[in-house]
Amino acid sequence: MRLEARAEVSRTLQVAAPFAAIAVTLVVCSLLVAWSGAPVGGAYRLLLEGAAGSTFAISETLTRATPLIITGLAVTVAFRAKLYNIGAEGQLYAGALAAVGVANAGLSLPTAVVFPLVVAAAMAAGALLLIGPALLKTRFHVDEVVTTLLLNFIALLFVSMMLDGPMKDPMAMGWPQSVAIPEELELGKLAERSRVHSGLLIALALAVVVWIVDRFTAFGFEMRAVGANARAAAFAGLPVQAVVLKTALLSGALAGLAGAIEVMGRAGYVTLDMSPGYGYSGIVIAMLAQLNPLGVVAAAIFVAGILVGADSMSRAIAVPTYIADVIVAASLIAMLVASMLARYRIRFK
Amino acid sequence: MGITKRFGALVANDSISLELARGEVLALLGENGAGKSTLVSILFGHYVADEGTITAFGEPLAPGDPAAALAAGIGMVHQHFTLADNLTVLDNILIGTEPLWQPFSRRRAARAKVRETAARFGLAVETRRKVSELSVGERQRVEILKALYRGARALILDEPTAVLTPQESRDLFATLRQLVAEGLSIIFISHKLDEVLAVSDRIAVLRHGRLVALRAVAGATKAELAELMVGRKVVMPTRERGALGAPVLQVRGVHARDAHGGVLLDDVDVSVRSGEIVAIAGVAGNGQHALAQLLSGTLAPDRGTVELLGRRLSATPRDWVAARVARVPEDRHAIGVIGDLTVWENAISEHLRTAAFTRAGFVRRSASRMHANSIVHRFDVRLSGIDVPARSLSGGNMQKLILGRALSVGASATPTLIVADHPTWGLDIGALAYVHQCLLDAASAGAAVLLISEDLDEIFALADAIAVMFHGRLSEARPAKTWTLSEIGLAMAGGGEAGSDEVTRAA
Amino acid sequence: MSGDILDVVAGIPFWVAVLRIATPLIFGTLGVLLCERAGVLNLGIEGIMVVGAFTGWFAVYQGATLWSGVGVAAIAGAALGLLHAVLTVPLGLSQHVSGLGVTLFGTSLAAYAYRVLLPRVTTPPTIEPFAPMTSLGVPLLSTQTPLTLLALALVPLLAYALNRTPAGLAVRMVGENPGAAEGQGIDVIAVRMWTVVAGSALMGVAGAFLTLSAFNAFFFNMVNGRGWICVALVVFASWRPGKALAGALLFAAFDALQLRLQQTSGAKLPYQIYLMLPYALSILALVVMARRAAYPQALMKPYRKGER
Repeated sequence: MRLEARAEVSRTLQVAAPFAAIAVTLVVCSLLVAWSGAPVGGAYRLLLEGAAGSTFAISETLTRATPLIITGLAVTVAFRAKLYNIGAEGQLYAGALAAVGVANAGLSLPTAVVFPLVVAAAMAAGALLLIGPALLKTRFHVDEVVTTLLLNFIALLFVSMMLDGPMKDPMAMGWPQSVAIPEELELGKLAERSRVHSGLLIALALAVVVWIVDRFTAFGFEMRAVGANARAAAFAGLPVQAVVLKTALLSGALAGLAGAIEVMGRAGYVTLDMSPGYGYSGIVIAMLAQLNPLGVVAAAIFVAGILVGADSMSRAIAVPTYIADVIVAASLIAMLVASMLARYRIRFK
Repeated sequence: MGITKRFGALVANDSISLELARGEVLALLGENGAGKSTLVSILFGHYVADEGTITAFGEPLAPGDPAAALAAGIGMVHQHFTLADNLTVLDNILIGTEPLWQPFSRRRAARAKVRETAARFGLAVETRRKVSELSVGERQRVEILKALYRGARALILDEPTAVLTPQESRDLFATLRQLVAEGLSIIFISHKLDEVLAVSDRIAVLRHGRLVALRAVAGATKAELAELMVGRKVVMPTRERGALGAPVLQVRGVHARDAHGGVLLDDVDVSVRSGEIVAIAGVAGNGQHALAQLLSGTLAPDRGTVELLGRRLSATPRDWVAARVARVPEDRHAIGVIGDLTVWENAISEHLRTAAFTRAGFVRRSASRMHANSIVHRFDVRLSGIDVPARSLSGGNMQKLILGRALSVGASATPTLIVADHPTWGLDIGALAYVHQCLLDAASAGAAVLLISEDLDEIFALADAIAVMFHGRLSEARPAKTWTLSEIGLAMAGGGEAGSDEVTRAA
Repeated sequence: MSGDILDVVAGIPFWVAVLRIATPLIFGTLGVLLCERAGVLNLGIEGIMVVGAFTGWFAVYQGATLWSGVGVAAIAGAALGLLHAVLTVPLGLSQHVSGLGVTLFGTSLAAYAYRVLLPRVTTPPTIEPFAPMTSLGVPLLSTQTPLTLLALALVPLLAYALNRTPAGLAVRMVGENPGAAEGQGIDVIAVRMWTVVAGSALMGVAGAFLTLSAFNAFFFNMVNGRGWICVALVVFASWRPGKALAGALLFAAFDALQLRLQQTSGAKLPYQIYLMLPYALSILALVVMARRAAYPQALMKPYRKGER
């Protein structure tokens, strides 16, 4: 068996790839659904209803999609430059913590000033967490996958430490959660009786901004060039190390921002379980979107739909919610294969 | 018989039929891309032919299986050595000779057999050393031993002298004669006419994937073979030697070391004047790569100075590009272009952050595309559009793009210096002639040209002055007319000035 | 403080803990080492360990013997390893992303299976784990369980297999120069795939140790990053089994030390700081060794036969 590169990669194949991957995933995972004893068709119908079957469902999906869009963008930006940022989870928590910290720092400044400060602090926290591994990669050639992964654990322990100590909410009766974001800094709701908040608009705007930067700016050019072929980029005079570091700052900042927006829009305070793996899901989203910032929005809504739908489904029938995580993980693997098939033909000889 | 091999739309081998007799040396002659390597790779089982059969020693050979080829007595010495650097010589020879399910390895017996085989054919190696410690000639001996250890009765050698000095090549030919005396048959691939005439019994000429001629060595002439290889009389550009101007590039006393402290460049001096073409000859791996990097702005010297028009340049590509140095790198696929980016993006990659192509952080698309179109037009780059990924260009067109980009510094002004590193490697004769013409035209217009090449024909065709590189040291650049072929060969092997302090290794 | 440390290190109970902590690391690191020597980075280890932990435990919970449980875990690990092998070797997909996919898949699959098979439990059910080998009579080893002995025995065994057998040479060669191996008649794809499967089986056993020996039940988050630590340890070990053992023991020693320090030095530092140390140490190990890394030259380069 061997792989033969297709002479021309058609657009249709490339666009069809994620859909094919998702379809295959759902078929394979239906076996797991059947295993739990529930009827497959019924289960998937409940999943779909839970994700998009009512205004409430759609609002829940969009609420969940908000941080996923931003972590998806964070991962996309990094992966474009071949920087494997697996630490988005930790960066998200760091951003959330920084946001709450600065918001409650007792600064007697008008809200219009504190708000951007809080956001900036979150972005700085996320960026800082990624800059270490990025420097280790550029200076010492240390693989960033393992370093960013290990930092996730360290970051979470740090948050736990802060929640037990200095940032503990004294009125939470012993439950480890942080002091809340002051009300004036909360992101407004977009619709009554739903949890959708203006963070969604920020997320969408960010997707457009990242797309513009990637496609039209000189920095975007440099990021793509370095990611495609760092040696050739260096030969052409592009500042490879600087580009990698700037990419790291951008990616980390986006992940930190995702944390801040979650805190300011949905959660209100930081807890240890505020992110059910948004950082890792960001990787799946980035791959499903084939590293296209606009595609990230669609992919994020899809993943959010699966998560929300599975929650709702599990309340109705006895299918564990973990099916959502299995579907998401399986679609990552399926997407890898699908995007390869779009570019190569398999020949059996 | 009737071997046909296609790679997509490219027909690499077209119905080729050949026979090899016992104790015979058959040479496969042809230009780069004629299909020689493909044919022998099919023979050895690296590729599978689309049509055709192979019969070895009376038995049909199963296609696509190197193990079957080895079992049938066919051995191959690859052009790019297939050796694992981190493993020992014995390991490299032993791999694949013992069944994988066996829980032990008969290393002592193997070592003895290697020594015996080596002695029989006159190839000396130390089995305990790691391949990374060996010289190029020694590595080739290990490659040959791999095949002989397994009892090869027919040996394929793919461009074996590409990396050898003339002296090492002579030793190789002696080894080949020894092999033939012991009854082996040999297929010898080369594009060097002199070698082929010296070593072989019969010559098969391939051109564009077809077998165009089969000649006995007796009575074949270089001119006849060259014409068969190329298919027509090629008019090579001729040089009018114009007046030479002031020195443009001056390299003095440059020393450079690599990350492990190994010497890359040793007290290198060279200077090129405006309108002059200086060629650096030498066997690959003697420091040419480092010299090219030095003159592209990607290597900083430990000692010594590099001056362009009297000004010292820093080791950043940007500085060199800004100083109007046109750089044509050795490996066009890996370094010359960024394959996944489009043609127009590659056209501006060296000048991205200049006012011409970037405004307020945004890329000026229309200006960039105009620039790309201009290059494509002036340098005859054949493509379907400037929005295709650069990797889809053929080798010749890619090189023209790179050349065009390098030579188009600011409107149609001539660059100050052109650094051309193996600019015609792997190109067909038409593209090669085109590149040569570009370089000659640029020199006539006043550019200083530094050419690094292993192709002595190319060097003698273009150069005003020639210097030879050996072990990081550069000989004095003497006018081309004053060099004889044997003097250059000697210098390339370390005799003469460049390596006068070195003892020439007995290859 | 230094007096504390000396007291702790001098005592036998400390080294008992070290061996116990090191065992899953030894299995896991040897597993990753094997895969990487053949040229394949296997980041699925974290998920494979979870799956191994769960399947091994569940098999015993359903009545199988402890060693059968270990076998089941190895097979489960091998199965996930096969998935990773198919994706990365013949299909040549990104080894990083494929490995992460396998980890996410394995972790979530184990959680799902747990909930499906045990829908109404609130506290994790327990099983009877491996008992210490008191019959051995050797002071340090008699407090350990059989899996630890297996891990220690595996180190010289693997070293011998890699360095002195034809199969081991084949593994090393495909990790250094697959083209050379191919030219000598070795089926590169097959060797790589088999090696990844074998290495993944070891990773499964590493997970089984957690549920069948160290603890006696399956918890979510029980692997807790040990897989990633093994990946770092392989670099630290320069891809050699002997050094892998040394690295695992060294790391386990630090881990055991921080556990004791937590208990003895009272509430001076928040416990999270102590828990951070293992991960920080792993990063340090990576940095220290990265400069001198003599890694297998074909690591992470997919092998495409006959491609121009």
